[in-house]
Amino acid sequence: MMAGVAEDEEKWLTAGIAGLQQNAFYMHRAMDSNNLRDALKYSAQMLSELRTSKLSPHKYYELYMRAFDELRKLEIFFKEETQRGCSVVDLYELVQHAGNILPRLYLLCTVGSVYIKSKEAPARDILKDLVEMCRGIQHPLRGLFLRSYLSQISRDKLPDIGSEYEGDADTIMDSMEFVLQNFTEMNKLWVRMQHQGPARDKEKREKERSELRDLVGKNLHVLSQIEGVDLDLYKETVLPRVLEQVVNCKDDIAQHYLMDCIIQVFPDEYHLQTLEILLDVFPQLQPSVDIKTVLSQLMERLSNYAALSAEALPEFLQVEAFSKLNNAIGKVIEAQADMPVFGAVTLYSSLLKFSLHVHPDRLDYADQVLGSCVKQLSGRGKIEDSKATKQIVALLSAPVEKYNNVVTALKLSNYPRVLEYLDNETNKIMASVVIQSVMKNNTRITTAEKVEALFELIKGLIKDLDGTAHDEVDEEDFKEEQNSVARLIQMLHNDDPEEMFKIISTVRKHILSGGPKRLPFTVPPLVFSSVKLIRQLQGQEENPFGDEAATTPNKVFQLLSQIIEALSNIPAPDLALRLYLQCAEAANDCDLEPVAYEFFTQAYILYEEEISDSKAQITAIHLIIGTLQRMHIFGVENRDTLTHKATGYSAKLLKKPDQCRAVYACSHLFWVDDQVNMKDGERVLLCLKRALRIANAAQQMLNVARGAVGSLTLFVEILNKYWFPHSITVFFHRTQK
Amino acid sequence: MVLVLALGDLHIPHRAPDLPAKFKSMLVPGKIQHIICTGNLCIKEVHDYLKTLCPDLHIARGEYDEDSRYPETKTITIGQFKVGLCHGHQVIPWGDLDSLAMLQRQLDVDILVTGHTHQFTAYKHEGGVVINPGSATGAHSSITYDVNPSFILMDIDGLRVVVYVYELIDGEVKVDKIDFKKTTATTAN
Repeated sequence: MMAGVAEDEEKWLTAGIAGLQQNAFYMHRAMDSNNLRDALKYSAQMLSELRTSKLSPHKYYELYMRAFDELRKLEIFFKEETQRGCSVVDLYELVQHAGNILPRLYLLCTVGSVYIKSKEAPARDILKDLVEMCRGIQHPLRGLFLRSYLSQISRDKLPDIGSEYEGDADTIMDSMEFVLQNFTEMNKLWVRMQHQGPARDKEKREKERSELRDLVGKNLHVLSQIEGVDLDLYKETVLPRVLEQVVNCKDDIAQHYLMDCIIQVFPDEYHLQTLEILLDVFPQLQPSVDIKTVLSQLMERLSNYAALSAEALPEFLQVEAFSKLNNAIGKVIEAQADMPVFGAVTLYSSLLKFSLHVHPDRLDYADQVLGSCVKQLSGRGKIEDSKATKQIVALLSAPVEKYNNVVTALKLSNYPRVLEYLDNETNKIMASVVIQSVMKNNTRITTAEKVEALFELIKGLIKDLDGTAHDEVDEEDFKEEQNSVARLIQMLHNDDPEEMFKIISTVRKHILSGGPKRLPFTVPPLVFSSVKLIRQLQGQEENPFGDEAATTPNKVFQLLSQIIEALSNIPAPDLALRLYLQCAEAANDCDLEPVAYEFFTQAYILYEEEISDSKAQITAIHLIIGTLQRMHIFGVENRDTLTHKATGYSAKLLKKPDQCRAVYACSHLFWVDDQVNMKDGERVLLCLKRALRIANAAQQMLNVARGAVGSLTLFVEILNKYWFPHSITVFFHRTQK
Repeated sequence: MVLVLALGDLHIPHRAPDLPAKFKSMLVPGKIQHIICTGNLCIKEVHDYLKTLCPDLHIARGEYDEDSRYPETKTITIGQFKVGLCHGHQVIPWGDLDSLAMLQRQLDVDILVTGHTHQFTAYKHEGGVVINPGSATGAHSSITYDVNPSFILMDIDGLRVVVYVYELIDGEVKVDKIDFKKTTATTAN
């Protein structure tokens, strides 16, 4: 059925074009022989093709364009006629004898163009006459094209400042009047199209209307181009007249398009100065008009304006743009009670961007916008709609991006409250956005208070939010998330030890709620931050009159103990062992023997009870021996106990070569070069002898098990140890005795 | 001329958030033929980043490395030089030159690269070189106080190797160099 109609239309268009071309041919012939009467006759016939009702706007346009081209040639002919003696006034009279009204009016406009150029009468009189006469066509499609023709040929002939058609001072008013009237009539015709024809074709009509809208909008464009229309004229006359038509036509398609048009076509400074007038219109528009898009557009334009021209910023303050927009949005949302969440958030998102661009230093404005948003969201629970979610993410990302400093965003009290309405997945996404901003901009977070606020924001990553415990999380993603949190912890720092201790305590509080999966990622960075703090405190003099509550290494060690202990519940013995040994070294440097001993004890317990994998044991024992070798704080008894244990562990490793190597490493525990009471030559030799025995046993085993001789590597290694300064010295002592 | 990057002990993310920006801008893909890493990266992201700088990547296992499959020691032949790699926590006492020399003899290498102390050192010792590139991120160390971020670039040309050490001191990158010539060529095996 539709295909049939399209085919028919094609046929009619072809027929129309054929008719037009045929008459045009005769018209040219008449023009060539200066035959005015015939030229008029055939031009009228040609224009009759435009009287058709059978074409859709798209096809009618094709016909119209051809007619337009022919009329240009006719106009030139008319001009030449007037030069040959025919009076333009007479010509103007003559064309009105054409039989049908549509061709008559097209011809009238064409002559009118010549008439204006001749300057035999004021431009405004002719224009007024033409715009009135066009009322004769009330058919929407034909009327629109006719008036469009009038607009096109009159454009360059409008009286304006500096134009050759300028008459006395009022003529700019006349141009305005002319264009406004044409616009008003065109809009009426356009709106009338909506009600033509049967209800079932409504969709088709709306599509056709959409194709024609630019014809109407063009008038506004012309108005904006008139030089003489300055801000005052715009404010006093142009805008009120245009808005009057917009409101009165009560057509939602027209209202939406025209509001959009006004915003696009006129300069931003004008909008700023007429903001109140514009905003007052919104509640008067039809409820079905998508006001939020138009309002958002307006705010976007103003934001960009502010961003590009800093000189305009005081203007914004002067007209109180922010509060006006804020109120307008409030009214719109109130008026449209069933606006979806997505709509409300979009409006606030645009307003926030506006505020960030125009009033970057007014954090209270930004906070106000977020607060209004929270009010809108309250009572709706978590947002499920993905469009709304995206808008909220955009809303929240804007301050972070704008300020390049998360700390500023932290000052917005309503920021975390908006976050609460996001579902858990999105919460995590926002948390990542925040962390990335910190890392990218190298932002240092310097107080415990800010750390607290920050961790509130990223709590989606720090712990399982309600209902997420059963969520499937991709392991790779999880690792990446937690590693980013670990990196973030490195950025939390203050040179003042008191503040730093508070920061560490705050972080500890948060990460301990993270659960066993997260602790292996978050505990190590916190431990190392604490160890760095201890080293800093080490450098300071102990103040005997100092504050009782002051941070001391002891206090930090207590904290460290608790933090590392949390790992034991997971369990993560290898990691915990390494961290205990780090703390032991730190305690050693602070001369805190009991603390160091306690850490070693914890490490040994882990070794004995939890580390059973052979490879893990080898590494662990090397770390224990290496650390113990560097300890200078231990008294004889403590050192003996620890050393004895270490040697014992070494001898009990699974493979003989590993035992041997660990045991001869222990030989270094009995001899430390830079300490006086740490040179027990006898024990060194005993140790090496033990290693030798193990090496022998290893050789024998190899013989028995595989019938192989085996390499001498172990013996060479032990020999190397014998050549060590400590052993050689002992040898010499012995031989000397 | 073969360029070899030696670095390690980054300790990302436990002790440092990232490589210093000035180092990152210097380390451009395509310029380096081999990377030798003493270990303690610690996470896969760092491994992947190093891989983008140069596909020929050798890593020894540090005690905090996430990937436990890295070897304890590794020997690589580059031109006329045999290079040995080990993290160093296995060699006790930590940082002791004699013990490291023993490892060098054990692995039978001309250049031994180890880490763990976060302290840049380079010793010529008994016809070989023992190098520690320090920590590329300046990560905290219980052994060394005030660690400056550092890494090493070795330029191997025939029997000669020039060791360039890059250190970030007070925000500025300082470069130093050490020359070393081998006395005999490696016999082909």
